[in-house]
Amino acid sequence: MGQTIINLVGMMITASLVNNVVLSQFLGLCPFLGVSKKTDTALGMGAACIFVITMASLVCSIIYKFILNPLDLSYLQTIVFILVIAMLVQFVEMILKKFVVSLYQALGVYLPLITTNCAVLGVALNNVTDGYGILESTVVGFATAVGFTIAIVILAGLREKMEYNDIPAPFKGMPMVLLTSGLMAIAFTGFSALK
Amino acid sequence: MEAKKGALGFKQNTPLERFFNGLVVENPTLVLMIGMCPTLAVTSSAINGLGMGLATTFVLALSNAVIAALRKTIPNTVRIPSFIVVIASFVTLVQLLMQAYLPALNAALGVYIPLIVVNCIIFGRAEAYASKNGIVPAFFDGIGMGIGFTCAITCIGLVREFIGGGTAFDVQILGEGTVVPGAVGSFLSTYQPISIFIQQAGAFFVLAFLITIMNKVKMNLAAKGKDTSKFGEGCCSSAEEAAADKIMADKAKEKEASE
Repeated sequence: MGQTIINLVGMMITASLVNNVVLSQFLGLCPFLGVSKKTDTALGMGAACIFVITMASLVCSIIYKFILNPLDLSYLQTIVFILVIAMLVQFVEMILKKFVVSLYQALGVYLPLITTNCAVLGVALNNVTDGYGILESTVVGFATAVGFTIAIVILAGLREKMEYNDIPAPFKGMPMVLLTSGLMAIAFTGFSALK
Repeated sequence: MEAKKGALGFKQNTPLERFFNGLVVENPTLVLMIGMCPTLAVTSSAINGLGMGLATTFVLALSNAVIAALRKTIPNTVRIPSFIVVIASFVTLVQLLMQAYLPALNAALGVYIPLIVVNCIIFGRAEAYASKNGIVPAFFDGIGMGIGFTCAITCIGLVREFIGGGTAFDVQILGEGTVVPGAVGSFLSTYQPISIFIQQAGAFFVLAFLITIMNKVKMNLAAKGKDTSKFGEGCCSSAEEAAADKIMADKAKEKEASE
C-alpha cells in the first residue's frame, strides 16, 4: 500500500511538472495563449480544467476498461473519447447549474471553452497508451490539469507585468507571449532532474 | 465583376482557385494562424512535419468532401457532433493505415495523430466552407488548405532541424559527419548545433519570430492601403480571447451593480 502511494506521488510530480502538459507536450495551447491575459481568468480556467480533465480521465478509462477493451474495439477509442468528452462537458455544465450553483457561477463560463481543449483528449489517449488503470488514470489526469493551471497562472502573471512595457510593434501580442512561454519552457526543463 | 473573382484572379470555387487559396491566400498556418498545437509539437524535424501535414491533408480533403455531400441531410442543430463523428472516423482510418505501413513515423508522431480530430483547421473548414459548398470545391479546398499547412510546418521543421541539429530531412549538412566533401565540408563540420531549437523551447521561439515577420508584412500591406482582414491574430485563441474579455466585462458590470 505504501509503495503504491509513493508510486502515485511520483506519477503526479512527473505529470504536473516534468512532462508539463503545455510547455513540454504542447497540448491545450489555445486556452494557454488565449485566456492568460489576467490572473483571475487564468485561475478560473485552470480550476475548470482540473475539474473536467479529472472527470474525463476517470470516465474514459472506465469506458476503455469495461467496454472497449473486452469487446476488442480499442481502435474506436478516438471517436468514442471525443464524443464522451463533448457530452461530459455539457452534462457537467447542466448538473452544476442545477445542483451546485456556487461552483457553476465560478466555473460555468469556462466550461464551453474546454470542449475544444486538446489536453482533455490528449490525456485520455495517453492514459490508454501508457497502460494505466482507472485509479492511475484519474490521478495522472488530475496532476496534468494541475500542471496546466500552474503554467497558465505563471504566464498570466508575467503578461500582467509586461502590459506596460515598451515592445517593438511587430512583436506586440502573440510573439511576445510565445517568447515568454519559450523561456518558461526552458525553466521547466529544470524539473527533469526530478524524474 | 471584380468582386466575384476568387484567389489570384481565378474563377471562384473552381478546383484550381480553391487549391491556390489554401496554399497562398488563406494559408492556415501563416495567414489565418489556426491549428497551432501540431505546428509547435511535431516540427522538431522536417520529416515529422511532412508526415503530420500529409495525414492532416488526407483527413481534411475527405472529411470536407463527405460533409459537403451530407450538408443538406444534417440538421443544423446537430451539425457539430455530426462533423466530429465524420472527422474522427477519417482520423481513425489514418491512424490504422499509419500503424500498418509507416510504424516509425507513427511512433514519432504519437498522440498527435489522433489529436488531428481537435485540430481547428479541419473543424474550421467544415464549418466555414464545406457545409456551404458542393463536393468538388470542398474537396479541393481541403487539398489546398492541407498542402498549405504541410508546406508551412515542413519549412518550420526544416529550420528547427537545420539550426538545432545541422541536418535537413535527416541528412547531415552542418556539424560533424557532414555529407559535403572537401574543404567546404571540413569548414561546415566546425558548426556546433544549437540544440535548444529542437527542444520544446525552440518551437515557441521559431513560431514567435514567424508571427513577428507576418505582423511586419501585415503592417506593410496596411500602410499601402491593402485589405488585411484575412490575417489572423495568432492562434485559434482569438475566439477564446474574446470570450475571456467578455467574462471580464461581465464581472466588472456585476461589481458595479453590487456597488
